Amino acid sequence: MEFIQDLMDYGFLQKAFVTSVMVGIICGVIGSFIVLRGMALMGDALSHAVLPGVAISYMLGISYFYGAVFTGVLTALGIGIISQNSRVKNDSSIGIVFSAMLALGIILITTAQSATDLTQILFGNVLAVRSTDMTITLIVGAVILLAVFLFYKELLISSFDETMAAAYGLKVRLIHYGLMVLLTLVTVASIQTVGVILVVSMLITPASAAYLLTNRLSIMILLAALFGAASSVVGIYFSFLYDLPSGPVIVLATTAWFVLVFLFSPKHGVVWKWLQTNKRQAATK
Amino acid sequence: MNEAIQVKHLNVSYNGNQALQDVSFSFDKGKLIGIVGPNGAGKSTLMKAILGLVPKDGGHISMNQQTIKEVQTSIAYVPQRNHIDWDFPILVKDTVLLGTYPHLGLFKRPGKKEKKLAVECLEKVGMQDFKNRQISELSGGQQQRVFLARALAQQADFFFLDEPFVGIDAGSEEVIMKILSDLKAEGKTIFVVHHDLSKIESYFDDVIMVNKKLYGAGPVQQVFHSDAVKQCFHIQSPAAEGLGVSI
Repeated sequence: MEFIQDLMDYGFLQKAFVTSVMVGIICGVIGSFIVLRGMALMGDALSHAVLPGVAISYMLGISYFYGAVFTGVLTALGIGIISQNSRVKNDSSIGIVFSAMLALGIILITTAQSATDLTQILFGNVLAVRSTDMTITLIVGAVILLAVFLFYKELLISSFDETMAAAYGLKVRLIHYGLMVLLTLVTVASIQTVGVILVVSMLITPASAAYLLTNRLSIMILLAALFGAASSVVGIYFSFLYDLPSGPVIVLATTAWFVLVFLFSPKHGVVWKWLQTNKRQAATK
Repeated sequence: MNEAIQVKHLNVSYNGNQALQDVSFSFDKGKLIGIVGPNGAGKSTLMKAILGLVPKDGGHISMNQQTIKEVQTSIAYVPQRNHIDWDFPILVKDTVLLGTYPHLGLFKRPGKKEKKLAVECLEKVGMQDFKNRQISELSGGQQQRVFLARALAQQADFFFLDEPFVGIDAGSEEVIMKILSDLKAEGKTIFVVHHDLSKIESYFDDVIMVNKKLYGAGPVQQVFHSDAVKQCFHIQSPAAEGLGVSI
């Protein structure tokens, strides 16, 4: 395995490997909740909404982390305010706010920086990860995993039966915005790996594949993390080997897992369903 | 002043439309109370207002002489079946276990004691053999019994059931009614949103008739008579007989 030898030899490859595996794990974990709460569009929105935050951070000379979290939370609040205080439906509110944030972000970045940086933020370049980026990703990842571990019970019940959760006094809105903060953190951590445009696939595709394989939330989260991490490894391998852009290759790796599961999942796989229908039809003939 | 629940001059509105107007009633503990009214009359809104889930414009609600916030963990809620995502990755036994959450503190996981309680509650509703099934692999009546088991696991003083008898088999309906009357005997207060007028007299001690305004609240024999039903359901006179209401 030449790749393993290269992994030992090249520092940049090690950093890319560690960073993207961590991103794969946290995307799978948070993505599981996003999928079950039917918030895929929200995930897409927040990932784009960090763009102006990144630009503002750059102008102020602070870590892009702070600005991204700030605009991410602002976006989640903005969407909530519009859909709760008017008859505009939730998906439209999301569309209104996130496209505005994306547009603002592009203007800010093109005035503040060169166009190459914009491409990096939009599409990621995991092979260019620096040590500081890797450290941030690892810290953010640890915080997210700890938060999900500590509040697992609350996340489970508010995702499954929000009315019951609210009825016994759980602060469901606080949990919602807390999850939005975690989602923003995941996006920020993913910028270098897959970029803001494609992070939604890291959130949704591995979690959806896991959803088709199990009837327990805890196992779904573990499988989603596994699929996410495995996609990163496979993605980096092919990206390095054939000199392809890392983000899109990782994304296509998640898609490959999903297609396999979609076809061959023991309970929900379409191939088995198709075979069963055929058998039944043959039996009745 | 020993009422289990007291509602005074409750007003609720949704997006500027008045949903409930000056609703007042009170009940002692150990009662099984039906909430009836036509579609869109505010039955579910009344329930949600009592649970503190929708903001009220005015009025006062007390339970066991306390505010809702103070008794919140001892209020069990059984949602309408079509409000649940049945494809959620959760097993029957874990669904019942959710009932123990209100009494667990932050960061505390359900342990042996809670799991034992959950199994006992499943046995009460006759669903112990299905504990490892995913919740979509059950019939409507079985699903309703699992959610009742979850409410039992909460060991609450107040129970709120939203349309529990819609689309379920007769056997499950019987099991549920039996458990509700057991709870009543234990001194619990149970509210059931219900739309089948023919069964009001056989199922409930008391009834709340609501259609934006209150059309009666109290013992079934006193309150649930044809004139009040006609008014509540806005029925022009002779049609009421078609509803199966004995006059």
